Amino acid sequence: MYVAVKGGEAAISNAHAWLAEERRGDPALPEIGTEQIGEQLTLAVDRVMAEGSCHDPSLAALAIKQARGDLIEAIFLLRAYRTTLPRFGTSLPLDTGEMRVRRRISATYKDLPGGQVLGPTFDYTHRLLDFALAAEGHAPPPAPEAEPGEDAACPRVTGMLADEGLMAGEEPSEAEPGDLTRTPLSFPAGRALRLQNLARADEGFLLSMAYSTQRGYGANHPFVGELRQGEVTVEIVPPELGFPIEIGEITVTECQMVNQFHGSRTEPPQFTRGYGLVLGRTERRAMSMALVDRALRAAELGEEVVAPAQDEEFVLSHSDNIEATGFLEHLKLPHYVDFQSELEIVRAMRAAASPPAMPPVMKEAAE
Amino acid sequence: MSARDRLRPPVAATAGTLLPGFADPVLDAQSAFRAVLEAMARPGRVQRLPRPPAPPAPILPAAGAVLLALVDSATPVLTDAGAEAEAWLRFHAGCPLADGPAEADFLLATGTPPPLAALRAGTDEDPQLSATLILQVQALEEGSGWRLTGPGIEREHRLRVAGAPPGFIAERTANAALFPRGVDVILCAGDRVAALPRTTRIEEG
Amino acid sequence: MSEATTEQRRGWMGVLARAGAKGILPRLEGAPPLPPHSRLRGPEIGLTMLRGRAGGDGAPFNLGEMTVTRCAVRLEDGRVGHAYLAGRDMRGAELAAVLDAALQDPERRPGLMRAVVDPLAAEQAAAREASARKAAATRVRFLTMANMR
Repeated sequence: MYVAVKGGEAAISNAHAWLAEERRGDPALPEIGTEQIGEQLTLAVDRVMAEGSCHDPSLAALAIKQARGDLIEAIFLLRAYRTTLPRFGTSLPLDTGEMRVRRRISATYKDLPGGQVLGPTFDYTHRLLDFALAAEGHAPPPAPEAEPGEDAACPRVTGMLADEGLMAGEEPSEAEPGDLTRTPLSFPAGRALRLQNLARADEGFLLSMAYSTQRGYGANHPFVGELRQGEVTVEIVPPELGFPIEIGEITVTECQMVNQFHGSRTEPPQFTRGYGLVLGRTERRAMSMALVDRALRAAELGEEVVAPAQDEEFVLSHSDNIEATGFLEHLKLPHYVDFQSELEIVRAMRAAASPPAMPPVMKEAAE
Repeated sequence: MSARDRLRPPVAATAGTLLPGFADPVLDAQSAFRAVLEAMARPGRVQRLPRPPAPPAPILPAAGAVLLALVDSATPVLTDAGAEAEAWLRFHAGCPLADGPAEADFLLATGTPPPLAALRAGTDEDPQLSATLILQVQALEEGSGWRLTGPGIEREHRLRVAGAPPGFIAERTANAALFPRGVDVILCAGDRVAALPRTTRIEEG
Repeated sequence: MSEATTEQRRGWMGVLARAGAKGILPRLEGAPPLPPHSRLRGPEIGLTMLRGRAGGDGAPFNLGEMTVTRCAVRLEDGRVGHAYLAGRDMRGAELAAVLDAALQDPERRPGLMRAVVDPLAAEQAAAREASARKAAATRVRFLTMANMR
């Protein structure tokens, strides 16, 4: 029970003023612009968009500035903003096969059609702090270019395994997926809702869940079949037009995680997939999502559900950092009456347990 | 499936999309919502929509305002108002059109409405999943006519409804017996609305 | 000159949506003047739910939303133009809707295509090409390494 408490308006208002001052920092230094955040802290922007579940880089940049870089707070701001907007409709499913690839790698095939395209990645950097970046006016030379060539097209790796009959296919379906922003989650949720939940789940939580499957909590021996990152076209069909139109491009990252599957009574031994698709260039998130997606398919594939990452209710109920932080941070709200009653209970229990001759003050002094 | 396979007949072919919706979509929708809220909270009291749109006939301005304020892409609408009115609604509210009374979240009746018993009444667990009937009538006047009692009414409200469908009170009484399930009704005349939530009891005046 | 096909209209709508106000405005300077219009709906900002497919090719799921700006306008000759743009760009949506209406007019189309749509399409293709060329430069050439021995 929470009790409304009046008063403190002046203190709150002064606290907000101090917050604004702290946010600005030293006024002798130039103020950071949202365009700078959008251009130079792109991966923070991507994370806020993915977990805010709303693609809009400039809003995400503003949220990061307002939240002083606290990304969960920024995600909260973006989620709150999106509730003020009407929904015009839904897009056609993104065709990631038609992605304009900036990066595409496979850990299962070295020489695959389209090749290994490294793209702008942290991989292969030495993780040494680069003090040149601490100096102002650091302008990198333009990235080298090369002729894409005739063989630049990147077919899906999962398709190559499927052609051999070694990959469990996805059921072709146009079923209308559930939407957890409209209908509260209930269990069993099914894969479409799981994927929606994971796509906006807290990255740290996803990473830990995925890591737990690698360490043996849930049978898993995954390979990155394919990781691709780049631009896809967003198409919608406005009812007043009746035909699909392109409304822009967004950057997404997709991960196809390939796992061995021993087979069941109905299925031969083959590979199965875990799937990750996320807004932005959030590669760790896409990989984590794919591992957790695969783990959550345990029941459907007839595997024993023994680990947390395989437990749909556990994962989906605890993945959302806005729900989690809300419930956690509400503990800061006044619980005066709650605590008063607990205090009385504890005092009563003590009184019942203590020898009646010893006054409480004496007892405390004696401890 | 490629995008090309998704071609559907457009709804833009009629004049319905040529008429604007609310002049100010945000403020006008908010004031329409406020009017509906007042009407629902005080059953039988007539509210005036301050800035209704000019929808295509036969949709009345009040009904147009109520629909634009309440419906969206998640609420299928069923109406007898014709193709032009349907196109206008779909264009401005983005709502799907329901196949039948049982699929509709909102119904706009410009003539005789379907029987209330055919509309969604919700479930005992989720009574909010019921339909709302927006019923166009000729006139709404306070002070005489039907005798309304129930929540939101201190003693009784009197509401004169000109042009209500025959047998409406009997149907409505049967529907009210389903509480907490049941259909809410919003009456519209010109730029005026009055509501009959499922909790309101109606007697012939 | 004939009525535009759906394919042509899809084409210019896609180009204008990608360009937004920032791309369209400078191109209008050298273009025939746009006809007067009235607003039917918007410009207004809302959301579109993005969908993906499980496994890339399976059943659809909801990936997350994106902001979208849309606008519908009518010209004096009765032609109606529509625009839907990714992001929040009210000016861009209105310009794109007016252009969509004007481009449906066979008299106006060639001039506007030449001054606005074609150059924007070329810019967009060049940007895609530049990105593809940078990606190609990061493609690993295993065979090249073998040949160096």
